[in-house]
Amino acid sequence: MNIIDRRPNPKGKSLANRQRFIERAKDEVKRSLVDALKRRKLGDAEGGEKISIPARGIQEPSFQHARRGGNRDYVVPGNKQFVVGDKIERPKGGQGDGRGKAGNSDNGEQDNFEFVLSKEEFLDLFFDDLELPELIKTNLKETEATQLTRAGYSIDGTPANLNLRRTMRNSLARRISLSRPSPSQIDAIRRQLEFARAADDFEGAAQGQHDLEAAERRAKRFAFIDPLDVRYNRFDRVPKPITQAVMFCLMDVSGSMTEAMKDLAKRFFLLLHVFLTKRYKHLDIVFIRHTSNAEEVDEDTFFHSRETGGTIVSTALEEMLRIVKDRYPPGQWNIYAAQASDGDNFSEDGERCAQLLHDELLPMSQYFAYIEVGADATLRHGFPSPPTDLWRTYAEIAPAHSNFALRRVAEPSQIFPVFHELFAKRRDKAA
Amino acid sequence: MTNLYPISLEAGGPTLFQGSEWDFEKLRRVYGAIEEIAVGEMGLDTYPNQIEVITSEQMLDAYASIGLPLMYRHWSFGKRFAREEALYRHGLMGLAYEIVINSSPCISYIMEENSMPMQTLVVAHAAFGHNHFFKNNYLFRQWTDAGGILDYLAFARDYIAHAEERYGVEAVERVLDAAHALMDHGVHRYAKPPKLNLEEERKREEERRTFFETHYDDVWRITTTFGEEKRDPDLEAKKHADIRKALRLPEENLLYFIEKRAPRLEPWQRELVRIVRHISQYFYPQKQTRLMNEGCATFVHYTIVNRLHEKGLISDGALLEILHSHTSVVTQPDFDDPRYNGINPYALGFAMMRDIKRICTEPTDEDREWFPDVAGNNDPYGTLRHAWANYRDESFILQYLSPRLMREFRLFKIADKEGAETLDVTAIHDARGYKEIRAALARHYDLARHEPDIQVKDVDLAGDRCLVLSHAVHDGIPLDEASCNAVLDHVAELWRYGVRLEETDAVTDKVLKTYEEPARR
Repeated sequence: MNIIDRRPNPKGKSLANRQRFIERAKDEVKRSLVDALKRRKLGDAEGGEKISIPARGIQEPSFQHARRGGNRDYVVPGNKQFVVGDKIERPKGGQGDGRGKAGNSDNGEQDNFEFVLSKEEFLDLFFDDLELPELIKTNLKETEATQLTRAGYSIDGTPANLNLRRTMRNSLARRISLSRPSPSQIDAIRRQLEFARAADDFEGAAQGQHDLEAAERRAKRFAFIDPLDVRYNRFDRVPKPITQAVMFCLMDVSGSMTEAMKDLAKRFFLLLHVFLTKRYKHLDIVFIRHTSNAEEVDEDTFFHSRETGGTIVSTALEEMLRIVKDRYPPGQWNIYAAQASDGDNFSEDGERCAQLLHDELLPMSQYFAYIEVGADATLRHGFPSPPTDLWRTYAEIAPAHSNFALRRVAEPSQIFPVFHELFAKRRDKAA
Repeated sequence: MTNLYPISLEAGGPTLFQGSEWDFEKLRRVYGAIEEIAVGEMGLDTYPNQIEVITSEQMLDAYASIGLPLMYRHWSFGKRFAREEALYRHGLMGLAYEIVINSSPCISYIMEENSMPMQTLVVAHAAFGHNHFFKNNYLFRQWTDAGGILDYLAFARDYIAHAEERYGVEAVERVLDAAHALMDHGVHRYAKPPKLNLEEERKREEERRTFFETHYDDVWRITTTFGEEKRDPDLEAKKHADIRKALRLPEENLLYFIEKRAPRLEPWQRELVRIVRHISQYFYPQKQTRLMNEGCATFVHYTIVNRLHEKGLISDGALLEILHSHTSVVTQPDFDDPRYNGINPYALGFAMMRDIKRICTEPTDEDREWFPDVAGNNDPYGTLRHAWANYRDESFILQYLSPRLMREFRLFKIADKEGAETLDVTAIHDARGYKEIRAALARHYDLARHEPDIQVKDVDLAGDRCLVLSHAVHDGIPLDEASCNAVLDHVAELWRYGVRLEETDAVTDKVLKTYEEPARR
């Protein structure tokens, strides 16, 4: 008998098969992902996504008997009252008609097939169309903070940065090339001189004396370490990639925003969130809702509570500015913002909004997206409604900022294209 | 609460282990004690055992590859994995405590999460119960080669990986998908297949690849001589009969026929079909002996743990934990219970084994009448070993299901006649009904009746090389249309020419329905 501990063996033997399966069911999975998005909470990127897809494309058929028709018999346990000749009502499709139903586990596959996608699989499928990897390269500049990096040697610097090794190497090379006598050579000459003197070899002594003086002179003339030899370590400041980002969700929650509009906004926020999660190690989300004044709230309140009052958009922008100054210094954080509104604004407020964006927020943000959610009816009849106050305001400053984009969305189906377009457009500009 | 049982909870006695934590030393001790009982007292004869400890994640992996330790890659295994994982993660399904593989040495996987009492149960169940059954049952002895299966699986996996490299994952997948669809009809049901010989497999494969241009093909060879003959109905009929004979029609093993005769398959595609066929054949005995196999293993572990307890080798607490798990496995809900899902093979199997033991040692007059040759022979283990070795589910029930057990299970038979408004109760557990119930139940375990009876009937060599399959309709039960069309699509993928399936009544030979699948270009 043998007992073997297989636990340390590599796990995930099924991974390759799993990938093949997902690849095969890709279209279906993607479709159901869109559904799943509706249920998903914004910050819920952790963990996988439960996916339910129609079993059609992934069936493994085999010859089966039909479930109805023909003469059959069943043997079942648990007889309590029947005697031979009894008639039993035909059960209506449910339990109890015995073996015909039982034992055939594949029957369940006629319905939906449910399984859990891991976070990575979810994101990969999610961005499959969006070609995000390319977008990331051109869009996200990660700068501001810097760190020191070794960058070779320099001939000046502080003593603390002295590179002894490099300095001594230069020194040695110079001493060899200029034939500077080493102390041991001088010692050798001196010993010869003394030997000659002891042997009363006057000629040799004179010669030795001469050599000794010449060597000592030479040693003095060429310094052991010359300023020329000295090298210092050199450091450069290089931009340090920022691995943390903050995402601001700004939304108008005044009475004019319907649930449908909020749902549209939520979807857009969600997309942006997942996109950023894939890119940054650490992502904060800040929810700011506003009516005629703005406040920071948690996610549930943000999406589900309703306020009454007028609409002053600039309050939200000011709140965002305040939070950035308080908690997210632009040097250390990548700042993203998405604003959703139905476009209503207090008419005097437009100028203030434009100014805030133009002078303060846009320069410090990586990206600022404005989504105007419209009622379905306005677009369905093919009459584009006239631009709203806020849209007009924003449209004026948009050309000056490549990191500012504005779009209109009227239906859930437009969210994906709009999202795609937003980023695709930026790529074209950069190219 | 009063002390109902004299429970000696971990009194520091000479038990093999205490507490629920397991370690390798305890496992070894327990294995030794179990072996003593299994071999010494029950006379079990097993392959050498190899017990492998795995994590729950690895268990899920093993599930996905239909319980085999090595398997080629295919998306369907990924699908299975995804489903099992989802069920497991949501707490809808517990994992099996063990998986055991019919190989020599016999590999039992046990999970690290099990407690020590559970490991005891699992070792007795898998390493001795199933192992003995695998080694001794005639179906396994005849049809599977326990010594060669692991090597063959390794060969299959490498071959398929290699094919994927050469011909592309997609092309390989198409063939495998199609072959999988026919897996249930890829076994020789009656003739004994030759033993697997890995060296020969390799050599044959090699020959195929090198000399495939000399490939011998009955379909083409025979058709070429056709046009030269004068059209004579008698002669043609005779020719036709000859061809059918040459092709050994009718053929019940669809995969075998396709592997050998499909006119346009590449040699490597034939090899893939062959691999799937071999694996299907390997599992065929398991499908026919599920009830006996589980019954045997359950009976063995039940007997062994009770003996361990009698000998004072495991504590009362451990025994209770084991029995708790045991009883939940062998529960048989009644037909009107919401949990009812057919007859539980563990429950019926275990009950029958125990019943045989009872008949051997404490027979009633009824038993003497029904089982004159074994009743009261006082050799329960010998009788059981004989049954385990020489029967399959169908014949086992027909031989050994006792009236007493039918009463215990309160079995009754219902007839479902086409067109009738109600179901009729035709037999219950009384003197008139025993034989009828027993025969009917046995029939349900007959795979040949359970699975559609489909055969290759003909190949239209004179015309468009259409493959003709026939489904013999028994008791008017037709094929499920949707799945039938889907499978025929796969068959056409392999055959490349048209495929026709005729449903013919088994008694009157009347064609009831025809399915057609056009040729592939």
